[in-house]
Amino acid sequence: MSSAAFASPSHRPPAGPVLEMRAIVKTFPGVRALSEVTLSVKRGEVHALCGENGAGKSTLMKVLSGVHPHGTYEGEVLFEGEPCRFKDIRASERQGIVIIHQELALVPYLSIAENIFLGNEPSRRGVIDWREALRRAAELLRRVGLDEHPETRVADIGVGKQQLVEIAKALAKDVRLLILDEPTAALNDEDSAKLLRLMRELKDQGITSIIISHKLNEIAQIADSVTILRDGRSIETLDVRDPATTEDRIIRGMVGRSLDSRFPDRTPYKGPADVDPVLEIRDWTVRHPLDHSRKVVDRVSLQVRRGEIVGVAGLMGAGRTELAMSVFGRSYGRYEQGSVLRDGRAVGTRTVPEAVANGIAYVTEDRKRYGLNLEDSVSRNISLASLRTLARRGVVDEHEERRVAERYRRTMGIKAPNVLEAVGRLSGGNQQKVVLSKWILAGPDVLILDEPTRGVDVGAKFEIYTVIDRLAAEGKAILLISSELPELLGMCDRFYTMAAGRLTGEVTREEATQEVLMRHMTQDVPAPSAVGAGTPTPNEGHQE
Amino acid sequence: MSTPATTRSTAPAPPGDGAAGPAGVHMARALVDGVRRNMRQYGMLLALGLIVLLFQVWTGGDLLLPRNVSNLVLQNSYILILAIGMMMVIISGHIDLSVGSLMALVGGVGAVLMVEHRISWPVAVILALLLGAVAGALQGFFIAYVGIPSFIVTLAGMLLFRGLTEIFLQGQTLGPFPEGLQKVANGFLPEAGPQTNYHNLTLLLGLGLIVFVVFQEVRDRRRQREFALESLPTSLFALKVTALVAAVLVTTLLLASYKGAPVVLLILAVLLVGFGYVMRNAVIGRHVYAVGGNLPAAKLSGVKDKKVTFAVFLNMGMLAALAGLVFAARFNAASPKAGVNFELEAIAAAFIGGASMSGGVGTVAGAIIGGLVLGVLNNGMNLVGVGTDWQQVIKGLVLLAAVGFDVWNRRRAGV
Repeated sequence: MSSAAFASPSHRPPAGPVLEMRAIVKTFPGVRALSEVTLSVKRGEVHALCGENGAGKSTLMKVLSGVHPHGTYEGEVLFEGEPCRFKDIRASERQGIVIIHQELALVPYLSIAENIFLGNEPSRRGVIDWREALRRAAELLRRVGLDEHPETRVADIGVGKQQLVEIAKALAKDVRLLILDEPTAALNDEDSAKLLRLMRELKDQGITSIIISHKLNEIAQIADSVTILRDGRSIETLDVRDPATTEDRIIRGMVGRSLDSRFPDRTPYKGPADVDPVLEIRDWTVRHPLDHSRKVVDRVSLQVRRGEIVGVAGLMGAGRTELAMSVFGRSYGRYEQGSVLRDGRAVGTRTVPEAVANGIAYVTEDRKRYGLNLEDSVSRNISLASLRTLARRGVVDEHEERRVAERYRRTMGIKAPNVLEAVGRLSGGNQQKVVLSKWILAGPDVLILDEPTRGVDVGAKFEIYTVIDRLAAEGKAILLISSELPELLGMCDRFYTMAAGRLTGEVTREEATQEVLMRHMTQDVPAPSAVGAGTPTPNEGHQE
Repeated sequence: MSTPATTRSTAPAPPGDGAAGPAGVHMARALVDGVRRNMRQYGMLLALGLIVLLFQVWTGGDLLLPRNVSNLVLQNSYILILAIGMMMVIISGHIDLSVGSLMALVGGVGAVLMVEHRISWPVAVILALLLGAVAGALQGFFIAYVGIPSFIVTLAGMLLFRGLTEIFLQGQTLGPFPEGLQKVANGFLPEAGPQTNYHNLTLLLGLGLIVFVVFQEVRDRRRQREFALESLPTSLFALKVTALVAAVLVTTLLLASYKGAPVVLLILAVLLVGFGYVMRNAVIGRHVYAVGGNLPAAKLSGVKDKKVTFAVFLNMGMLAALAGLVFAARFNAASPKAGVNFELEAIAAAFIGGASMSGGVGTVAGAIIGGLVLGVLNNGMNLVGVGTDWQQVIKGLVLLAAVGFDVWNRRRAGV
């Protein structure tokens, strides 16, 4: 429990929080990411931070570690009883606060030892003392339980081991507070178990840590307390060892928000269940593009019918986007198996043009990277996926193009002075409407919408919901991927939940509540055994 | 030891600028918007005008003497041809360092065909263009399908083509070229019609161009109106058209009072209009912008990015071959040292003319404007007797200033 021989040698304040963050407020242009967040971490504990995507966990940790420097936020940070005013990451590291981000920050072509001491090289008069570096690196690797030679290139070891190198790097800096942002999100089961074991060992050595995690079973295993964030506010802090702190209790804290009428009224889909679904995905399995040992999507099967809006719920790393992008022209990962059926007939979706030709459209979650040419005009962005139909003998009818763009500007309510405006100058919501217009113009039967309201203000959200509703009413099949449960509940006729690449449940509109969905989303399904009965039949049996 | 807490609350972000005001304000804003959107082009056009004016005064009127205007066109034709192709390469997000060497190679091969083997020049020209296309296609293959960065592939091409030229010509210059080809590169449109003090055909072409420009502008404006796009206020529109017509008229009269329009000017005009149209209106042109502007988004929109890249380099090879022929025929000799550093001139012209290092931005007309800025600088500085040493210094500064201004302007506009 309490550390006897570690941490600050000279003045060790008696028991009490090692870290206190008080009334932290952080605003970005147009968004209040954190409002009055309070966090108190006890010495020597593993403290979990929990919340939906966008609840403010990462932002809070960026405030703590100086990524957002002092002065860009309001509130007070006390570490070891001293007020902290970090101006950058180095300043926080000097105090022993080290953050390990989701995306690892290692240089792949340097050795393990070089990475561990990067920016912190043991040297004499500016010359690196390699013998000392290797000796200390070997010692640190022993401490984190990594059986690799310190001179091995980081590129040559797996992600799980790279994670351990990150921790060794943190230990080299005399870490007193270790922050891990979803450390197991990118790891397979075995590596995850190893990492959790290491965290317990570090705790025994007196290192306090904060872990951001979506996996409730993980929290139950290693955390002492958990703080729940929701919509940029700290909701409560629970003692994990208290028997009252059940997974359901945590889930309630994460989602406990009222559903108001922010959604258009919608007559739920009441189609016959026996017709062939417009889109059916069978046994879809995809491996990570770089790390082939990881199945990012694992035997997923689902169906969408004409006029139906089907929601796909899942937390970060559940594999929803990966599923959608790999189905859409194999735009992600390494395809392993699975088929796509349109109206009961197997079709190819090997390339994007093939998928589009088969009536499938994918509206990306990351419009700036994958959806738009920001330098180009509204009209040219809208027409890009439909140029062939707007062109005669390879020449685009610019007149017609603008007429069409103008029509979408009006019907979709794109707020731009005119269709020649550069898309980069529009607001997020209007950019999103441009991406949507692009794909509606392409005339698909199936629309896969990936986080269609991310970074969109409330008013524009409602307009986008109305458009989605209209599309369904016109008979399109819609697969709606979203991290916002109220959005899913407000819009969808049926739900699938995913966790760790697998389908973990199928929920009807009647059964669905935020709690039910969240329970399925936080389930860590065991790897399906080799003798599994074909497809994992998603049903409502377990957990009830 | 800790300083007293001087908590400075962060000021809230300033509120976004208000919505559009009444019609007049809206109009003015629209104008500012339009100018800002095309700042680079208007800016460079303005700069070109100023540079012309500066040297016109500095040379005591020599710059715009009919003979010198003719020269200006002939001297810069091959760079301008390269710049058109280079602009497309840069828009697609790539670079081509090999064009200068490829020019020399094509010139050399053309010379061997025409001078040594006595092949008729039109046939030789077609073979030479084909050679350029093949060379470009090869580079395009390595860039698009093998995935080697264009900088590397064309750097290799630059060395390779230069070396092959020297092997091929055995270090000699080869000439002279058939008269027909010389006329294309160096000659003027034929005389026709009654005796006036001007070159009749040139006048006719100039007149045709004026009609075309006015028609185009009026049609564009009508369409803008139709789509409720902001269009320039009538007075400004009239000013713009008048300025365009005046520029064409002055150039026409200058050329017509000497020997008439050079043949290469006609070639350039065809390339400018043709490629301008392709880049603006053809599907392939749109795809070039999409690939350069945001490659992942283009792929996810069903653009066949590899084919596009391949085509862009094939086209560049062909244009480099054309430039090589014009260059060799103009100097009536193929030399292994032909076209050294021309790729850099073409790249500079493209960037001065509004290309962006990250791709996706630029116009064919911009490449011509950029090339003319460099061309007038060269010519003007030669006339006033500035040495080549200082010429280079000044051109370097102009490139830096043009791109620097653009970067600054974009950051200010928040694009």
